[in-house]
Amino acid sequence: MRYESPQTIEAASALLASEAGLARILAGGTDLLVQLRSGMVEPDLVVDVKNIPTMTSIVEENGGYRIGAAVSSAVMNEHADLCAMWPGVMEGADLIGSTQVQGRATMVGNLCNCGPAADSVPGMVAANAIATIVGPNGRREVPVIDIPVAPGKSTLAKGEIVESVFLPAQVKRGGDAYLRFIPRTEMDIAVVGVGVNIELDDSGVCTHARVGLGAVAIKVLLVEDAAKALIGSKLDDAALDKMAAATSAACKPINDKRGTIEFRTKVAGVLAVRAVKIALERANKRASNGGEK
Amino acid sequence: MARNPDADSAPAPKAVKTSTIEFDADKAKTFKVVGSRPPRPDGMDKVTGRARFGADMVMPGQLVGLILRSPHPHAVIVSIDTTAAEALSGVKSVITRDDFAENADHHDVLCNIMAREKALYEGHAIAAVAATSKAVARKALKLIKVDYQILPHVTDVDLAMAPDAPLLHADMITSGVTPAPTKPSNIAGRSEFGHGDVEAGFALADVIIERDFKTAATHQGYIEPHACVANVGADGMSELWCCTQGHFHVRQVCASLLGIDVSRLRVTASEIGGGFGGKTTVFIEPVALALSRKAGRPVKIAMSRDEVFKASGPTASSSMNVKIGVTKDGHITAGEGEFRYQGGAFAGAPADFGAMSAFACYALDNVKTVAYDVVTNRPKGAAYRAPGAPMSVYAVESVIAELAGEIGMDPIELRLKNAAREGTKSSYGPKFGSCGLVETLEAARDHPHYSAPLGPNQGRGVASGFWFNFGGETCSTLNINADGTVAIAVGTPDIGGSRAAMCIMAAEELGIPYERVRTIVADTSSLGYNDTTEGSRVTFSSGMAVIKASRKAVTEMCNRAAMIWDIPAEAVTWEDGHAKPSGANAGEFEPMSLAEIAATASKTGGPIAGHHEYNADGAGVSFGTHIVDTEVDPETGRVDILRYTVVQDAGKAIHPDYVEGQFQGGAVQGIGWALNEEYIYGEDGRLQNAGFLDYRMPVASDLPMIDTVIVEVPNPGHPYGVRGVGETGIVPPLAAIANGVSAAAGVRLTELPMSPPRVLKAIDDAKVAAQ
Ligand SMILES: Cc1cc2nc3c(=O)[nH]c(=O)nc-3n(C[C@H](O)[C@H](O)[C@H](O)COP(=O)(O)OP(=O)(O)OC[C@H]3O[C@@H](n4cnc5c(N)ncnc54)[C@H](O)[C@@H]3O)c2cc1C
Repeated sequence: MRYESPQTIEAASALLASEAGLARILAGGTDLLVQLRSGMVEPDLVVDVKNIPTMTSIVEENGGYRIGAAVSSAVMNEHADLCAMWPGVMEGADLIGSTQVQGRATMVGNLCNCGPAADSVPGMVAANAIATIVGPNGRREVPVIDIPVAPGKSTLAKGEIVESVFLPAQVKRGGDAYLRFIPRTEMDIAVVGVGVNIELDDSGVCTHARVGLGAVAIKVLLVEDAAKALIGSKLDDAALDKMAAATSAACKPINDKRGTIEFRTKVAGVLAVRAVKIALERANKRASNGGEK
Repeated sequence: MARNPDADSAPAPKAVKTSTIEFDADKAKTFKVVGSRPPRPDGMDKVTGRARFGADMVMPGQLVGLILRSPHPHAVIVSIDTTAAEALSGVKSVITRDDFAENADHHDVLCNIMAREKALYEGHAIAAVAATSKAVARKALKLIKVDYQILPHVTDVDLAMAPDAPLLHADMITSGVTPAPTKPSNIAGRSEFGHGDVEAGFALADVIIERDFKTAATHQGYIEPHACVANVGADGMSELWCCTQGHFHVRQVCASLLGIDVSRLRVTASEIGGGFGGKTTVFIEPVALALSRKAGRPVKIAMSRDEVFKASGPTASSSMNVKIGVTKDGHITAGEGEFRYQGGAFAGAPADFGAMSAFACYALDNVKTVAYDVVTNRPKGAAYRAPGAPMSVYAVESVIAELAGEIGMDPIELRLKNAAREGTKSSYGPKFGSCGLVETLEAARDHPHYSAPLGPNQGRGVASGFWFNFGGETCSTLNINADGTVAIAVGTPDIGGSRAAMCIMAAEELGIPYERVRTIVADTSSLGYNDTTEGSRVTFSSGMAVIKASRKAVTEMCNRAAMIWDIPAEAVTWEDGHAKPSGANAGEFEPMSLAEIAATASKTGGPIAGHHEYNADGAGVSFGTHIVDTEVDPETGRVDILRYTVVQDAGKAIHPDYVEGQFQGGAVQGIGWALNEEYIYGEDGRLQNAGFLDYRMPVASDLPMIDTVIVEVPNPGHPYGVRGVGETGIVPPLAAIANGVSAAAGVRLTELPMSPPRVLKAIDDAKVAAQ
């Protein structure tokens, strides 16, 4: 097994593209190293992307933030302004593992590992985060929701690397939240995960909503019917019930050691309602602060 | 109580001895060191990383041993071809079933450590290799060709008992049934306990509740995987370093399986990262020895966590029915139960212990329990803290709670009315001696926890529990060093702070400070046979041996002082760490301290030591009562443990910190068992969750501080009144939590674990039923 640690994303992409055998990108390694140890993957080349400056910084852009793909969750969660703007996305990332894992784990690693239960992904989907991808054929921008296909399988082509993720500016009366269900309090994998992002007008009517749903299908889902149930309402109980039903209806879970179909389907709706309530509180608080923090 | 986990059938009763009164009430009034909380002698090593556990030993020229395991839950092993593996460069030995001779004494152990005709569970060892590196060993495993003929499998206890179930052992005839069955089955044994006439008892009852219960198999979950290093010399002299609760037992079994004299095998117990009963038998040790013997080099084997789950010994899963009758004023008229436990691929599920302890908390006129020990295609179970009791007590204490509700009586009051006490004929036969159930119930009732207010969706549960406790073969030595310090050697591995307890008891007897006493766990060549650290027996048995060894050393020190003073030995007494003339008639001499006597020992007859060996009897039973507050999320079925109090009889807490630690540990393992831990099998008979991600033990943030109350009702069988405390603590929690969750959820839960999907379903089903 060869280990490379290039300084530019172009060099990294070239290394990956020219490898005849199995190649893997190494960010935090909290998924990859576990897979290596258990013998799940035996790559011929590992390309570490943590020495590429564009991938290790957080920069403000058009009122939003561009987060390098190799930025660890711990570093990200120390960025006060970013946390104030997208608390739901940050919480999703912050739930990953333990303090030790936080120092390494990245949102993009979480995304590209393509686990349906990846905790940071529903929040990014709800926020409509856009990934910038660099590959042998140049640069392209793709909504986060379009990257995972199935566990361990993404739409990235050979040689392609996610360079950064862009979170747009949050609106004045906007808020997001992420909730996951686990039987314990930490060090567990989501049985259901729900990320929501809502925007309201001055009269409190929901004008925009996105609901991302994890751990209930082969990949993270964007639930448009759940969003539709909210838009145009004042997030009253009737709207929330409709949204919960739409969220449950979108679930295509399996019965497994982590939960039953019945359980996951019901709890998805329950968590969605709870997440919207948190997001609403945040949106109102943000509005009362003049659209900041 | 303890059972040789490797015994092929029920435990052979030890010779019955009448227990003597050992308790010294006067001494108990003047304890100076007993009851204090000094730092444990192994503490510094453990927090700095200097302590050496199973995998920390390295021997020169050591090889890496790996085990090939069956992917099938049940299959005939038609053939094993190791030619290619043996030919691989770096491979030094390969072994299979052919490298072990048949062994009548340890037949099941032999079949478990290396499969013979059949693989009986997923993870069953098929072959092993020793190689110069892990990479080579891994490659070699892939080169071993095994031809399996796959058989139908069964992992559920009730299905395994069905007449048409796949049969694991063609020669398994149920024991304990007359006349003996003519056909083999998966039921290894049936046993029955009780007295009186239950039918007549039920006829007197105003309310009778009968329910079915199930519990899942759980693993002890010790943090340290099994690990050992074996070194067999060219002359056959062998050493084994391993992580175990009983190195004498390991020596016995390994020597037998390898066909060597016990004197040729020296076993050293490493520090141990948890055992809870799971390290009372052998898994990898005979394999490492056989690999080493063949390779002529030391071999280390360390299990992965996956192997620990699949191929060490979890506890039994159970399916049970319990029926109890009570009068309106709270008199229990009869109790009956059937307890079906599966203990994996070989006989030995602790169903009999379950049946014996199920009703042990109650003084009953009419009681009957029946136990079935059943085999399935799962790893052979090992002991787990109070083996068998938590499940049966869960069933009984759940029904007791429901009965209390039915007759409108406080559940502690109902228990007090029927509590077993001194002189009660126990539900399993013998009469109880002095014991502390009533005291724990009263302390629980009077504890502020019991009357604290509860919020919405919260429920309080109470349950009591019991464990027999055990004494057993014990042998300890105490040496007085020339500088006045003391060195103790015990043969019982320290899994819960027992070295500190030994030092405390010796310091108390000798009248010297705790810091001047050190205790080690000696290897098998340094002491006579010691039973395993199990059955909550160490502070009781090794402790009594240390006390008696101390007393012998004291006698000798008095002799030496008498010699120096030139007076009769009877004229010398021992007080506060000094030899003194016993009175004015004995003469006027300055008292001599232990250090002074030790310093001159070379001139008075040489080294001074005390030794004691015996088969300890009189281990007092221990009862406990737990209170727990739970909160249930009615929309998700998630359970939070809000508050937890353990009240237990310790007889006498030698080192209260470690007694409290045992109480807390038992409660925490019980919380895991009650809420989320379970062995999950797929249709394919394979374990679905062989790792800590999906085998959900509680993490620290899941738990409140576990509050403890130590009750002390002295055990007459121990000089200081000690009772074992290691096991009782895991007996009540399953029931206490089930009672709390049922109260919070508003529906009776009868299956463990009470994982969120199960709790939510019960809540939703109850809603539908109510409509
Ligand atoms: C103890 C423990 C607890 C955990 N708990 C959680 C949890 O609670 N929730 C959760 O969701 N996850 C959890 N995880 C999984 C893991 O930590 C997360 O998925 C994490 O976000 C992965 O990030 P990473 O940077 O470490 O990824 P890596 O392991 O470096 O990479 C993961 C995958 O993504 C690919 N990849 C990485 N970066 C890029 C890139 N820039 N472009 C393209 N592909 C890329 C890699 O090739 C690899 O296939 C846990 C892991 C451990 C070990």
